[in-house]
Formats: sequence, C-alpha cells, structure tokens
Amino acid sequence: MSELKTSPETKQSLHDWLVSDAPTSRRQAKLSSYYRAWLTLKSNPMAMFGLAILSGLLFIAAFAPWLAPADPFEQDLAARLLPPGEGGYIFGSDSLGRDILSRLMYGSRITLYIVALVALMAPIVGLFVGTAAGYLGGWVDVVLMRITDIFLAFPRLVLALAFVSALGAGIENAVLAIVLTAWPPYARIARAETLTIRNADFIHAIKLQGAGAMRIITRHIWPLCISSLVIRVTLDMAGIILTAAGLGFLGLGAQPPSPEWGAMISAGRKFILDHWWVVTMPGLAIFTVSLAFNLLGDGLRDVLDPKKNK
Amino acid sequence: MTTENNGGRRRELSSSQKFIKSVTPWVIGFWKTTFTVLITMVGLLCVTFIIGRVMPIDPVLSIVGEAASNETYQQAYRDLGLDKPIITQFFIFLWDVMHGNFGESLLTARPVSQDLIRVFPATLELASVGIIIGIVIGIPLGVIAAVNQGTWVDHIARVIALIGYSMPVFWIGMIGLMVLYGKLDWVAGPGRLDIFYVDIVPSVTGMILVDSLIAGDMTIFWNAVSHIILPAGLLAYYSLAYISRMTRSFMLEQLDQEYITTARVKGLSETSVVWRHALGNVKVPLITVIALSYAGLLEGSVLTETIFSWPGIGSYITTALLSADMNAVLGGTMVVGLVFVGLNIFADLLYKVFDPRAK
Repeated sequence: MSELKTSPETKQSLHDWLVSDAPTSRRQAKLSSYYRAWLTLKSNPMAMFGLAILSGLLFIAAFAPWLAPADPFEQDLAARLLPPGEGGYIFGSDSLGRDILSRLMYGSRITLYIVALVALMAPIVGLFVGTAAGYLGGWVDVVLMRITDIFLAFPRLVLALAFVSALGAGIENAVLAIVLTAWPPYARIARAETLTIRNADFIHAIKLQGAGAMRIITRHIWPLCISSLVIRVTLDMAGIILTAAGLGFLGLGAQPPSPEWGAMISAGRKFILDHWWVVTMPGLAIFTVSLAFNLLGDGLRDVLDPKKNK
Repeated sequence: MTTENNGGRRRELSSSQKFIKSVTPWVIGFWKTTFTVLITMVGLLCVTFIIGRVMPIDPVLSIVGEAASNETYQQAYRDLGLDKPIITQFFIFLWDVMHGNFGESLLTARPVSQDLIRVFPATLELASVGIIIGIVIGIPLGVIAAVNQGTWVDHIARVIALIGYSMPVFWIGMIGLMVLYGKLDWVAGPGRLDIFYVDIVPSVTGMILVDSLIAGDMTIFWNAVSHIILPAGLLAYYSLAYISRMTRSFMLEQLDQEYITTARVKGLSETSVVWRHALGNVKVPLITVIALSYAGLLEGSVLTETIFSWPGIGSYITTALLSADMNAVLGGTMVVGLVFVGLNIFADLLYKVFDPRAK
C-alpha cells in the first residue's frame, strides 16, 4: 500500500494510525494527541481507579429509581435504626426507618447537581473577569484584580457561610455561595494565560485584519484558556463536594427530607454513639467520591502538565 | 587638579545616587504593600457590608419584635441609621469598625468585639497545636517521600495526603469521637476541659494549655491535653497533607541540583546531604507554605469546633448563623478575613527577610 493512510481500517491499524509520528491531517494529529494523553492516564492505576468510581457514581445517579431497593422518602417507624444487613436494609435504616442505601443513591444526584453547577459557573465567571483584566489592562486590570484579591483573602467556607446566611438556606443558594467564593483562582489563571497570549503574533495579525477586542477575546483567547481551567476544575471538585457537604451539615444547604449526604450526617448525629451506621455510611460516600476526584485530578495533572512531559 | 576634584565629586555623587537607588525600591515597596493591604482590608469590609445589606432578615423587626407599633418601628429604623443614604451608612459602618465596634450580638447581648476577644484564644490554641503536629510529621514525611521517589514509600505518602484532602472534617471528627472517646475512652470528650476543672486556672492568655502551665497546675494541663489532642490531631492531618506534598516537590527540585552531587562527592553522609544541605535550602518556601496552611486551619476550625463544642471563633460564627445573629456573623467573618490577610502578608515578609535573592 503506497498511498497515505488518512483513515483507520481495522482495530490494529486504528492504534497505529493514532500513534503515527507523521499525521496526515489535522484531525489525525488532534485525535493522536488525545489518544496519547489517554494512554498515559491509563498507565496510572490510581487515576483509573478514580475514573471507575466516578463512572459508577454517574451510573447510579442516572438510574437511581431502578437501582434503589426502596423509596428514599418512605418511612417505616417500626423498622427504625436497624443495623446494616438486618430486615433487608443493606446499609441499615435511619431514625425514621428509611433505607440508607436508597437515600445515598438518590443523594448522589444532588451531589452531582451541585458539583456540575459550580464547575460550570465558577470557571466562567473567572474566565470573564480574568480575560477582561488581562486583555484590556490598565485600570480595568487593576480594579478587577484587586476585587479578585479581596475575595481570595476570605477563607472560602467562612465566606460561603456568610453568603448563605444572608441569602437563606437551600441548594441553589449554597451553589451560588460556593460559586461566589470559588471564582477568584480561575480569574487569576485566565488572566495569566491572557497575558502570555495577547502579545502573540497571531493576535497582532487578527488586529491588523480589523478584529475588535470583543472578537479577539471571545474567539481567540477564550479557547486557549480553557484547557488550563479544566485541569484546575478537576482538582477543585473534591473541595467543592466537601464545602457543599459542610454547608449541608450545618443545615445551610439542602433541607431535611432531601437525601443530601451532608444533611444525612447532620441528621444522624444524635444517634451516633449507639447506631454508628447512620453517620458512617453517608460520610463514606462523600469520602469515596471526593477521593475519586482527587485521584483523577492528580493523574490528569501528570498527563497535562507540560513540565512533566519534557 | 581640577580633573581630580571633578572626579572626586563625581564619585561622591554617584555613591549617594547609589544609596538612593538602593533604598528607593524598599520605600516604594513599603508604600505599595501598605496601600495594597489597606485596599484589601477596605474591600473585606465592603464585602461584609454588602452581605449584611442583602440579608432577608429585617434588622429592625429583630429588635422591636413583631408586635411593635408603626411609630416604634420608625423610631428604631431611624436609630439604626437605615433612613440615611447607603453610602453614608457604609461610612458609618467603616467608622464603627475602625473603632472596634461591630455592634451588639443578639444572642449574648454583648458587644461582638468583646465576644470575639473572648473566643479567639481558643481557636488560636487549637490551630497552633494543630500546625505544630502538622509540621513535625509533615516535613519528615515529605522529605522521605522525595528521597524515595517512585517507590512504595512515596506512594504511601501520596495516598496519606490524598486521603487527607478527601475526608470531610466534620464526619471524621464525629467518627473519631465515637471510637476514641465513646468506645475506647482513650481521649476526653467535647469541650476544652472536664466540667469540674473549668474556671479554676486564672485566665492570662485565654489558652488553657499556657494558662495551666503558668499556674503550675499539671492536672489541668494534662486534662486540657486529653481534650485538645483529637480536634488538633484532625486539623493537623489536613495541614500535614498539604505540607508533606509541598515539602516533597521542593525537595525533589533541590535534590536534582549540582551542589547535592558536589556534597556527595565530598563524601558527606546521605543524612547530612538530605537533611542539612537540601532541606536547609527549602526552608524559605516552606515557611510560606506553613503560614498559608496555618491560615487554612483557621478555616478548618469552623467545622471542627462545631463537632467538638470547642468555644472558639468557628463555633461562635456557626451558632450565630443558626440564630440569624447577623452582627456576630459579620464580625466573626471580618476578623477571620483580617487574620487571613495578616498571615498572607506575614508569609510574604518572611520570604523577603529569609531569602537573600528576594532583596
């Protein structure tokens, strides 16, 4: 076969095609770089372990109504505080006779909901502030970065507490409070990226063609900032989960009948000395998920950190 | 002769110019830092003021009660200064805060500033014991992980740190209390002292460990130790995770340098190379890391104190939160923020003092 291969034919050749040293199309080069990153990640067992847990979590959250053995809100006062394994309750039952396992499964939806919202909103706020400050420079930069520093100066949980207490308790307000405290690091990263990009030749070339600041920022700077923001978000996920659970524990996040994990711990607090499972199970769930995010984030940083690839 | 004179004068001029040149950056740096700090502090106050304004709770109603007549309500409204323009209100707020006046707490019916002075030493004590344990274990752990990079020792150190990053502090605190206090009875329960020891030692610093040593009462000292060890140990675990990871990466950087090879060629023992030469050079960045994680412990103490009924600033804020005591919440938030900023600046300054290159 003398002609150049531009598309894969069999499974074996797919691998060869992807790791080829001489890509023949832009698509191949791009896919090849993703594939290599994936191979590095795959060779890291801890990161793969984290990824497996998170896939499991997604699966459970998606199919909770089918997987859960019982209704998470159904009370059975005759079967209060049963230890794990007794009466068909795999993880035991809580103080109102609700099945803890089912509640944990439904609770995973709330956790994912909070994490997803924060992980979408906080970097976007940071991206707006950071690129505007970096590209426009001058007093805009000074003012925006001062504001960023002020928000960075507050300890995160304390500021979130103050925000939620002012806005009122509830999941949406908890999300808002976490976003308000989580955006400053992203703004810093976006600004640093923008500063290195703004004087690049291609930006000058676009300027000469008559592009305005708006077009340059949205079409040319944002796409280049995104990868470093994504790494940072993955590393921050565990922190987001822990903050959300902490707010739930203090009664400022999700409200009672809701099976949010932090709120479940708080509800089980009274019974901890004689009924260990009521608190232990939701805590283990929080711990497992944030550990999984940390393991994956750690692995991803190794893959995407340009310093290590040298 | 003239040329010599000229030359001399020129040299003199240039040396005084040199002096000015060498001092100017320090002076500018000083004013710049002061300015930045001031702006940040005012910003902190701004944010807390705004939070105080958006709260849905009516501050007037919480004073006069639901059944108050319209005239009483209006009177209280004016007394609180709420009829004034928002900018004027902000400056009044700023003026009050600068004079240490955070308003009165609804819960304790005392000035918030007095409450804060009373609860702060407890937090300081907890965080200090925590950071000391964190340093004593974290630095050696990081060094050992760096020396054994890629081996099982390194992996274990990494897993220890990752577990520390992933554990919800309020949960592990409750589990710790349940197991170590409830079942095994190894440590004492919540609070700072057993109830029959409370208020025996005169309060000098407000930190019971120090106060009991000053009074020479060892029974109370050991009782306080048995109370503080679990919450402080938990906080220590968090700082330990961060300190050991940072120590590891600083050490890896140093162990790669040529002077390490030189030291080895000279025949120095491995212990001396690692612990004296390499660790000696990471001292400066480590101080910054320690100051930052000390600030982080203040934050971690909010949840820890709630679990252990530790009467510090963290449980003060959370109790105030649950009873909608806004003055107390804002005062507490502000003080924690100010301490946070203070520690950051302190870390910066230490860096400048200890690292000759930063000059």
